[in-house]
Amino acid sequence: MIKIENLHKSFGELEVLCGIDLEIAEREVVVIIGPSGSGKSTLLRCINFLEEPSSGSITVDGIALSGEANINAVRREVGMVFQRFNLFPHMTVMENLLLAPMKVRKLSREDAEKIALSLLVKVGMESKANAYPEQLSGGQQQRVAIARALAMKPKALLFDEPTSALDPEMIKEVLDVMKALAEEGMTMVVVTHEMGFAREVGDRVIFIDGGKIVEQGSPEMIFNNAREERTKSFLSKIL
Amino acid sequence: MDLNFALIKNAIPLLLQGAGITIQITALSVGLGLLIGMLVGVARLSTVKPVKYLSNVYVDFIRGTPLLVQIFLVYFALPILTGSRIDPFVAAIAACSINSGAYIAEIFRGGIQSIDKGQTEAGRSLGLSWFQTMRHIIMPQAFKRIIPPLGNEFIAMLKDSSLVSVIGFEELTRRGQLIIARTYASFEIWLAVAFIYLIMTFTISRFVAYLERRYQVK
Repeated sequence: MIKIENLHKSFGELEVLCGIDLEIAEREVVVIIGPSGSGKSTLLRCINFLEEPSSGSITVDGIALSGEANINAVRREVGMVFQRFNLFPHMTVMENLLLAPMKVRKLSREDAEKIALSLLVKVGMESKANAYPEQLSGGQQQRVAIARALAMKPKALLFDEPTSALDPEMIKEVLDVMKALAEEGMTMVVVTHEMGFAREVGDRVIFIDGGKIVEQGSPEMIFNNAREERTKSFLSKIL
Repeated sequence: MDLNFALIKNAIPLLLQGAGITIQITALSVGLGLLIGMLVGVARLSTVKPVKYLSNVYVDFIRGTPLLVQIFLVYFALPILTGSRIDPFVAAIAACSINSGAYIAEIFRGGIQSIDKGQTEAGRSLGLSWFQTMRHIIMPQAFKRIIPPLGNEFIAMLKDSSLVSVIGFEELTRRGQLIIARTYASFEIWLAVAFIYLIMTFTISRFVAYLERRYQVK
């Protein structure tokens, strides 16, 4: 589904990603963990070209990411959920969900509204369809943001620390939505510090440090039987 | 001090006609200036080097030279280049809108830059093109924020439009001059002219304040 080969990314002198190879299968839930500054968010942002890789290749659903033309094609198929939600503040919840399906997929308002409403029901936000983002709590905003990404019927969803900007009591409602998506078979790549989620929902956990994949495997293997010292020391600090 | 009120009273209809023309020039110039400013403001943020440099040169040139000189350039220099005389009305609108465009471009640039980068990223990650993201996400938010400086620009243009009197265009200031040439009542007439400008600018600033309240930035 997503295939990354020898991906490098530098910001000026600083090399953030130093040769990442990664393949993600359909319906797989991959959780990326690692210390801050390890390059995990940058990796995620490279997958839909919010950051342009310095070298290496990324193929999404058979389309190789290269020029501007097919970037839009790939972005249509890969949804992204941001740490700070990034809902459009001048639009209602419903309008947030309608914009891309109508402008990019060229759906009629009627069809787009039908899809939007069913997604809002799915994330438990149907009663707030006409509210503006500022009237919602952080957890509610993030659930809307997930619904907005789903409205494009993406083949995969990327999550960039989706619960890091949330108050503790709101984290669960967002994780529950993500868990439900995983159970439905959505292909997901999740950068997170929520180890409980990684353990419970992840098919595979990847530990990144210093721009490299240090270790990867099943949650059971990473959390209980990590081989690498760096993985162990990172986990000992956060668990 | 003796003010000849009868004189002012007689002059008022002529001056009000001039004020109407002042409003016309201002509205047309700021209207065209908005179009120019939006394009140039976006161009200044472009990653395409020539587009960026050309727009920088335009803004720097206009902001670095007096409007009065720009009016002379359009009215006297342009006909030499093109070989045909230019109508004072066209010259006035052209000079004022080119001038206003440069200031409005800076207002737009600031407004666009003030919108969080995450908004663009959210739009692009949904598959919207650059233009669609600008049109539906960035501009509507930026526009709300730039209402106050746009209002200032409108007021500044209304006052600066008095400069087109130098090419003989009969707006409010020029009307005042002509009446004084006939009556020698400079004090009375300039007082009346100033008062009419004040009424117009005050009305605009109240209107802008209303717009600000209505589209309060959330």
